[in-house]
Amino acid sequence: MATMEEVEPRPARRFERASAGPPVIEFRGVSKRYEGGDVGLEQATFRVGRGEFVFLVGATGSGKSTIMRLLLKEHEPTEGTIRVAGRELGDIGRRKVPYYRRNIGMVFQDFKLLPNRTVYDNVAYALQVTGHSRKEIRTKVPDILRLTGLSLKLHNYPDQLSGGEQQRVSVARAFVNHPPLLLCDEPTGNLDPETSIGIMQLLYRINRTGSTVLVATHDSHMVDRMRRRVIELQKGRIIRDELTGLYAAQTTAEFGALLRD
Amino acid sequence: MGLHFFLRESLRSLRRNAVPSFAAAASVLVTLLVLGVFIPVVQATTGAANSVRSKVLLDVYMKTGAKPADDTRVKALIARTPHVKAVQFVSKQQAYEQERQRNPEAYALLGSNPLPDTFRVTPDDPAKIGAIRDALSPVTPSGARAAADPSIDEVKNRRDETEKILTATRVVKLTMAVLAVLLVLASVLLVSNTIRLSLFSRRREVEVMKLVGATDWFIRWPFVLEGVILGFLGGLGALVLLGFGKIALLDPLERDFALLSAPKTIGFGVLALVLMLAAVGVSAAGSGLSLRRFLRV
Repeated sequence: MATMEEVEPRPARRFERASAGPPVIEFRGVSKRYEGGDVGLEQATFRVGRGEFVFLVGATGSGKSTIMRLLLKEHEPTEGTIRVAGRELGDIGRRKVPYYRRNIGMVFQDFKLLPNRTVYDNVAYALQVTGHSRKEIRTKVPDILRLTGLSLKLHNYPDQLSGGEQQRVSVARAFVNHPPLLLCDEPTGNLDPETSIGIMQLLYRINRTGSTVLVATHDSHMVDRMRRRVIELQKGRIIRDELTGLYAAQTTAEFGALLRD
Repeated sequence: MGLHFFLRESLRSLRRNAVPSFAAAASVLVTLLVLGVFIPVVQATTGAANSVRSKVLLDVYMKTGAKPADDTRVKALIARTPHVKAVQFVSKQQAYEQERQRNPEAYALLGSNPLPDTFRVTPDDPAKIGAIRDALSPVTPSGARAAADPSIDEVKNRRDETEKILTATRVVKLTMAVLAVLLVLASVLLVSNTIRLSLFSRRREVEVMKLVGATDWFIRWPFVLEGVILGFLGGLGALVLLGFGKIALLDPLERDFALLSAPKTIGFGVLALVLMLAAVGVSAAGSGLSLRRFLRV
C-alpha cells in the first residue's frame, strides 16, 4: 500500500480540472489500438484527484472499459503514459502486477461472484488469495459486510440473493482491503432503479472514507441525480469533462429531436 | 495458511471432477504397475545372463569307448593348454548318478549308461574360451573341427546358450521400454487433460484471483497440487498391487526359481521410492503442460 502514498513532484502545468492533492489517476495522451485496428482510446488526457467521485459515460464501445482495463494493467497502452498515484504503469514489471492490483478494487456489471461459496467466503476469498492471515480475515470480513448491509446474509449463497444484494457482495469484496482506488464497470447495469440508488449510496459512502471512485455507467438518471464529475467519451475520445455534469450535454428537447430524425 | 488453502482447493476440485480424476489416477497406476514389473524383470534377466556368461565352461566329451589311460593322457593335454585355470573330471558313472537323480524315470527306462566321460575346463579368462577350444579341436581346412586327441569326441562351450539368453533379455527390455514410454505418454496426457478440465471449471475463480491481485504462483499451486495428488494416488495403488503380487506370487516362487531371486534385483523399498518419484514426476509434467498452455496469468 505504501506505493499509493508515494507522490511525484507535480508538474508545473495545471490541468483544467485537477482537484486539490496529488492525482490518483493521470492519463497523458493515452491511445489504445486493438489488434485488427479497432480504436479503444484516442489521445486521452485527464487526471483524477484523491477522493474524487467520477462518472465515465458514453455509448458502448466509446472506450470506458478500455480505460478500466488499462488501469488494471490488463492491457498496455499503444501510446502515452498512465500514472496511478504518481507511479507509471509501464514501469511495473509482470511479476509486480498482482501487488499493484491489490491497491485497486474492481466491481463489475455481472458481479463475478463464486457461485459455490457463501457471501462470507466470497469476501474472505479476496483476502485469502492475497495472503492475509486468518485473524485478519475474521475481523475484516464482518466489518465490510456490516458496512455494505449484508450482516444477515453471511451464510447465503449468491443464487439465494437478489441482484442488488449480489452487487453489494461484489462491492464488499472489492473494498474489503480498503483500496485507495475503486473502479466500477456498469455497477448498476443489471439492477432496477430503486436498487441502483442503494448501490450508488454505498459507493458514495465508500468515496467519503477517502477512496477515489471511478464509475463507468449508462445510467443517465443516476448521473443526473448525483451531480458529480462527468467525463464523456465518444469513439475513444474525451469530448466532455465537467465538474458537476449531467449524463448528456444536450437538453431533453434536443434529445427528442434526435429521436424524431 | 497457504498450504492448507491450496490443499482444500485441490481436493474440492478433485471431488468435482471425480471421473476424469479417477481416469488419470488409474492410468498413472497402470503405468507404474508396468514400470514396477519391468525394472526387476530386466534386472533379473540381465543378472542371469551375466552370471551365465561369467560361468563359461568348456566341456570336453570323451568317446564312449575311452579307457582310463586315454582319460589320463587327455587330462594332461588339457592341463598343458594355455589359459586353462582348472580341469575337473566327471566320469561316466558320476555323470550317470547326477543325471539319474535329476530325472529318475527317464534313466530307469534307459537301462544302460549313454553318457561319456567328461572334462569340465574352466578358463582363466572367459574371453579366452575360444582359444582353448581351438587348441583342443583345431579347425581343419575343410571347415570341420578335428580333435587334438583321437579319444576326444567333441569340445563344446556354452556360449550359444548365453547368446540365446542375451537375445531374450534384449527383446524383453525393448518391449517393456516401448510399453513404458507409451504408458507414460498416455498418463501425462490424461493428467494434463484432467487439469485442463479443472482449469475450465474454475476459470471464474482464476479470474477473480487475478482481479484481487493473487500472484501467479498462488493461482497455479492448487492445480499443480491437484496433479501431484492424482499421481500420488495412482502410485499408491500401484504399490499396493505390486506388494500384494510380490507376497502372493513372487515369494513362493522364489524358493524354486533362482532367476527370480537374483541378488542384483532392486529392493522393494527402493523400488517403491523410485515409482513414487516417477508418479509424482509424471503428474507434475501433466499439470505443467496444461498450466503452460491454458493458464497465462
